[in-house]
Amino acid sequence: RYEKLIQEPVDNGSVEESESAGSSFPPTFSLSTIKNKQRRHLMFMKLKQEKRKQKLELRKKRKKERDALGDKAPPKDVPKTIENQRVYDETTVDPEDEEVAFDEGTDEFSAYFNKLTNPKVLITTSDRPRGRTVRFCEQLATVIPNAHVYYRRGLALKRIIPQCVSRNFTYLMVINEDRKVPNGMVLCHLPDGPTAHFKVSSVRLRKEMKRRGKDPTEHHPEVILNNFSTRLGHSIGRMFAALFPHDPHFVGRQVATFHNQRDFIFFRFHRYIFKNEKRVGIQELGPRFTLKLRSLQKGTFDSKFGEYEWVHKRHEMDSSRRKFHL
Amino acid sequence: MQHDDVIWDLIGSKQFCSYKVKTKTKNFCRNEYNTTGLCNRQSCPLANSQYATVREEKGRCYLYMKVIERAAFPARMWEKVKLSECYERALQEIDENLIYWPRYYRHKCKQRFTKITQYLIRIRKLTLKRQRKLVPLSRKVERREKRREEKALIAAQLDNAIEKELLERLKQGTYGDIYNFPIHAFDKALEKQDEESESEAEEEDDEEGEDEDKGRREFVADDEIEESDLSDFEDMNNLKVSDEEEGDSSEEEEETEEEMEGSPGAKSKGKTPLKGPVRKKRPYVEIEYEQETEPAPKSKAS
Repeated sequence: RYEKLIQEPVDNGSVEESESAGSSFPPTFSLSTIKNKQRRHLMFMKLKQEKRKQKLELRKKRKKERDALGDKAPPKDVPKTIENQRVYDETTVDPEDEEVAFDEGTDEFSAYFNKLTNPKVLITTSDRPRGRTVRFCEQLATVIPNAHVYYRRGLALKRIIPQCVSRNFTYLMVINEDRKVPNGMVLCHLPDGPTAHFKVSSVRLRKEMKRRGKDPTEHHPEVILNNFSTRLGHSIGRMFAALFPHDPHFVGRQVATFHNQRDFIFFRFHRYIFKNEKRVGIQELGPRFTLKLRSLQKGTFDSKFGEYEWVHKRHEMDSSRRKFHL
Repeated sequence: MQHDDVIWDLIGSKQFCSYKVKTKTKNFCRNEYNTTGLCNRQSCPLANSQYATVREEKGRCYLYMKVIERAAFPARMWEKVKLSECYERALQEIDENLIYWPRYYRHKCKQRFTKITQYLIRIRKLTLKRQRKLVPLSRKVERREKRREEKALIAAQLDNAIEKELLERLKQGTYGDIYNFPIHAFDKALEKQDEESESEAEEEDDEEGEDEDKGRREFVADDEIEESDLSDFEDMNNLKVSDEEEGDSSEEEEETEEEMEGSPGAKSKGKTPLKGPVRKKRPYVEIEYEQETEPAPKSKAS
């Protein structure tokens, strides 16, 4: 019935022929000029079918050619992924770059990396935390060795910071909470180190994890930092590395991973076991969450007069889907 | 007086009053001059020609009074008296201004004034503390970020990345001597890489001094691997701190070997003994076969 409808003479060019069969459409024909919705839809479906058919033919032809050539066939094209197509960032770190090495030797984390200081972390929340956030803080404290959770009783951060410094804390971590769910993290390196503000999402507490293992032990975990390629990424990576003590206890077989993918940093905590030298089994314990960097500030936390090294500006930085900053 | 009763008769219950808010149990009055906020005969500013209330403006409290003499002049109907900042003195002022007024109005005005001063104090205290800044979220942006995060998670292939990194670290020897795996298989793996690794392998061979394995690698591989693998597992057992972790490792084997999911009957409870030649390069399934004898039919007992 619908075919008959289409074959009626219509003002907008010939409707019987399809595009590939030497259509007799006037060159200015476009589907959007057909006013009737049903007919327009049908025409569009036909168009799509034609395109699909052509694509399939092309693929078959190529496959035949490739089979015919056998071994001499040219190698398959590498499929395009977002990581392949990423816009090259000028601040990408070259592993042998001396300037970067020099900078990293003298920045705020050099004290840690030269094994002068041991990390000591203070974890707190925003005012009046709800159950989920409190439990998240507790679990974080088990994951990070030498971490202390303190209840924030309406204290101003600017007043907490000098007290922490005097008690030899190296890190201040504030989990911000909104509607009973943690949604932000401020990570402040203490003796006037950089302050990073992250957006926290997809928090899974320990009891929500499927097939998890037992609770983490007191052993110092190892740290894996993946894909921090730019200068900014490097400094954030070092920030995460300085959270954990230097000497990981290999006996504990625990590993904390910060994996950066497309500007999202995924945190996972696993226990591993080597079955043989080719295979390793990992079992997830501990909380998991994702972070997205929102701003990096040079000094300690100061929202009014701080000097921002990097701020995420949505309209400038989110315009391209292939450009990442970490 | 007549006027008031008639007015109340109409707006109180029978007809419409635009200031009235009806709820299940109570009626409220939205008139800004109402002292109590309830819709009563005594608290209605429209149905009482003599009325008094207290209102605050920009932190200062004023006493408003309405008398029947001015009922004809709506512009001048409410007399506004500024009350003192001091609480006690303001109460006295209320008393002085409403002298000879019915007790009800004095009482209600003072109550309202007390409430107002309490909330003003609270406002002043709160402004000194840290204010919570509400940042509006754009729904479109949030949805976009969520979607991108999901896709990034899929692209990240975290488990594979972590496993690869751990194996890299094992190869580079960051773990030292904790794990001792058979050397020639190690060498095989290293030979696949560049020549530099090969020379390292030779050094390792020299150090360990297992010359026998060099020549016979290809043929005797299976048997050798079996024995040394067994020793390996024993070593790994020694490494494990408690019995519980054995259970963990068998669970891991169940979880990480994908083929196992397809064969639920093959789950092994304890340590899995090696059966048959272990094919190193292919993923393999370990299946325990139990020979069950048929249970004796019950009829036999009787």
